[in-house]
Amino acid sequence: MDLTLLVIQCLNGLQLGILLFLLASGLTLTFGIMDLVNLAHASLYMVGAFICASLTFATGSFVWGVVLALPLTGLVGYALERGVIRHLYTRNHLDHVLATFGLILIFDTLAHLIWGAEGIAVPLPGFLDGQVELAAGIVFPTFRLVIIVGGLLVAGGLYGLVNHTRLGMLIRAGASNRTMVSALGIDIQTLFALVFALGAVLAGLAGMLIAPITEASIGMGNEIIITAFVVIIVGGIGSMRGAFLAAMLIGLIDTLGRSYIDDLFKAVMSAAAAETAAPAVSAMLIYILMAVVLTFRPQGLFPPKVR
Amino acid sequence: MLKTLLAGAALAAMLVAPAGAAEVKVGFVTTLTTPAGVIGKDMQDAVNLAVEHIGGKMGDLDVNVIFEDDGFKPETGKQATDKLVQQDDVTFVAGFIWSHVLLASRKSALDAGKFLISSNAGPSPIAGKLCHENFFSTSWQNDQTPMAMGEVLNQQGVNSIYIMAPNYAAGKNMVAGVERTFKGEIKGKDFTKWGKDAQLDFSAELAKAKASGAEGIFVFYPGKAGGAFVKQYQQAGLQGKVPLYSVFTVDSISLPKFQAANMDGVLGSQMTQFWAPDLDNEQNKKFVLAFKEKYGRYPSFYAAQSYDTIYLIKSAVEAVGGDLTNMDGMRAAMKKADFPSVRGKFTYGNNHMPVQNFYLREVVKDADGVWTTKVVSTVYENHQDPYAGECSMQ
Repeated sequence: MDLTLLVIQCLNGLQLGILLFLLASGLTLTFGIMDLVNLAHASLYMVGAFICASLTFATGSFVWGVVLALPLTGLVGYALERGVIRHLYTRNHLDHVLATFGLILIFDTLAHLIWGAEGIAVPLPGFLDGQVELAAGIVFPTFRLVIIVGGLLVAGGLYGLVNHTRLGMLIRAGASNRTMVSALGIDIQTLFALVFALGAVLAGLAGMLIAPITEASIGMGNEIIITAFVVIIVGGIGSMRGAFLAAMLIGLIDTLGRSYIDDLFKAVMSAAAAETAAPAVSAMLIYILMAVVLTFRPQGLFPPKVR
Repeated sequence: MLKTLLAGAALAAMLVAPAGAAEVKVGFVTTLTTPAGVIGKDMQDAVNLAVEHIGGKMGDLDVNVIFEDDGFKPETGKQATDKLVQQDDVTFVAGFIWSHVLLASRKSALDAGKFLISSNAGPSPIAGKLCHENFFSTSWQNDQTPMAMGEVLNQQGVNSIYIMAPNYAAGKNMVAGVERTFKGEIKGKDFTKWGKDAQLDFSAELAKAKASGAEGIFVFYPGKAGGAFVKQYQQAGLQGKVPLYSVFTVDSISLPKFQAANMDGVLGSQMTQFWAPDLDNEQNKKFVLAFKEKYGRYPSFYAAQSYDTIYLIKSAVEAVGGDLTNMDGMRAAMKKADFPSVRGKFTYGNNHMPVQNFYLREVVKDADGVWTTKVVSTVYENHQDPYAGECSMQ
């Protein structure tokens, strides 16, 4: 096996994992703490990408686009929580699914009206558009490396926030026992709104980072949100650490699956059959993992302590 | 009471509608939602332009085009076809971007005795074993364009390629096509997930392609996947090292986006196609000029094929003097391909697939600085698809 290629594919897997983590962290926060199933998280991912795309063209710089789009996406999330989501907390999960699915349709249509159907290609500045040679023969696109480093920094920041700040303490307490937190006189409404906005910022960031690789397009989040749900289920709902580790695991499995499964299959079946079966099986791998986890550890690999 | 009345009224309306109208009904199935809706929009615009150009008339009959959305899904496309056939009772079902949607819908249209006209998709079964007297194409069979590309690769002395395509009917055909003519070595091949949740991040595949040491990369990524692919190809640093040879990937839909983002690496990239905006014939000049005037952009090949579809139908309707019950007459007329086509003169093979030229095209700036494609050379003259022999029709 080509070792250089393996290293590059692992980096690709990490990069996918980072993006999944940014999405899944917001999901696991809202699901774990607010007990809210939020499909519209996918829309915040899309909104982040579109706002960033517009700002990139307005300011002429992708970096400014991201810097300005982050608070704006947070605002959209905050307004969404105040306007719609707030009224859903007392409802059951089916109502959450219905309402947030409706939100997806509304956001998709709004994006269609504002930005058009064709999607926007987001240009990268020259210093991000090239490649770096990490070691002999290991050449990796600069921007993907930035995603990995940036994502790890965000993950570190979140770790600090959740484990070493008062807000983080409340978040953890909320994940463990919501009723008790509000009984202790904590303004749970504000906490929820903040958490939701934070989730929106993280989802938006993921969208902004993927936009220069693919593009900002309508419904772009609906594809990846399913994977993000798989991540939080595998990782343990409500657990930030679980979301991080599961995202990395799933990113690696998905990427390495796409890289090597056809070679493995070719060893045991005809080349034509392997070509057909490999993409189908590699697309299934993460769901197989989820099924295995659900069978043997229904609470996920790293569930939050005490419940 | 009200319900009964309404039901009665609806029933009466259904009875009256087909008898009263002196019109040709054309159903047009395409993708109007999902991000691929951009392609459908281009086709819809071209159809509307064609109807405008023929004054909304075919002979003495009014033209009524009914657009339906397939949602990029075979099952939805089939439902749309069923609706057009049963409820609207159209004479022609046209459109179809996607091979898997066409394959799922063909039976609904053909079993009901309607004409089925593909304005884009050209899966191999429909050209071969499943060929049908009432099916016609204004596009191409999937294998042909990549076959022309394989020929170009041979001519340019490329010794090895790496292949990437989506995992569905057309993807398989495109790969089969290039393998059919390309004489060099195929270093590797990836089929990626396709459909509504298609794979758009090709990091793993590009890394494999790079490591394979191939001299070129051949891809087929229609729609937004094409834009995503070209960007990542550039970001991966393959530009200038491993040249990109594509079919149906860089088109008039993606080029304006590339230009807006100033991704000038795409300039000079080569593809094969049966048509180009600068193809020199009267009908094409009229079409491209009017399209640009009306919609402010270059038409894509999808648009070109859709424009031809309306003219093909017109030639059939006028040949029988508007007698839409005369299926044999309309079929015979269409078989002659006796209409002004934007690709110039062509003929139909026994399987009702066009026998036509294929050109090598290159991305260039036009006189106004707009990115477009122009013809470089003719790769094939009057090329027939390789499945015609499997078709039992004469």
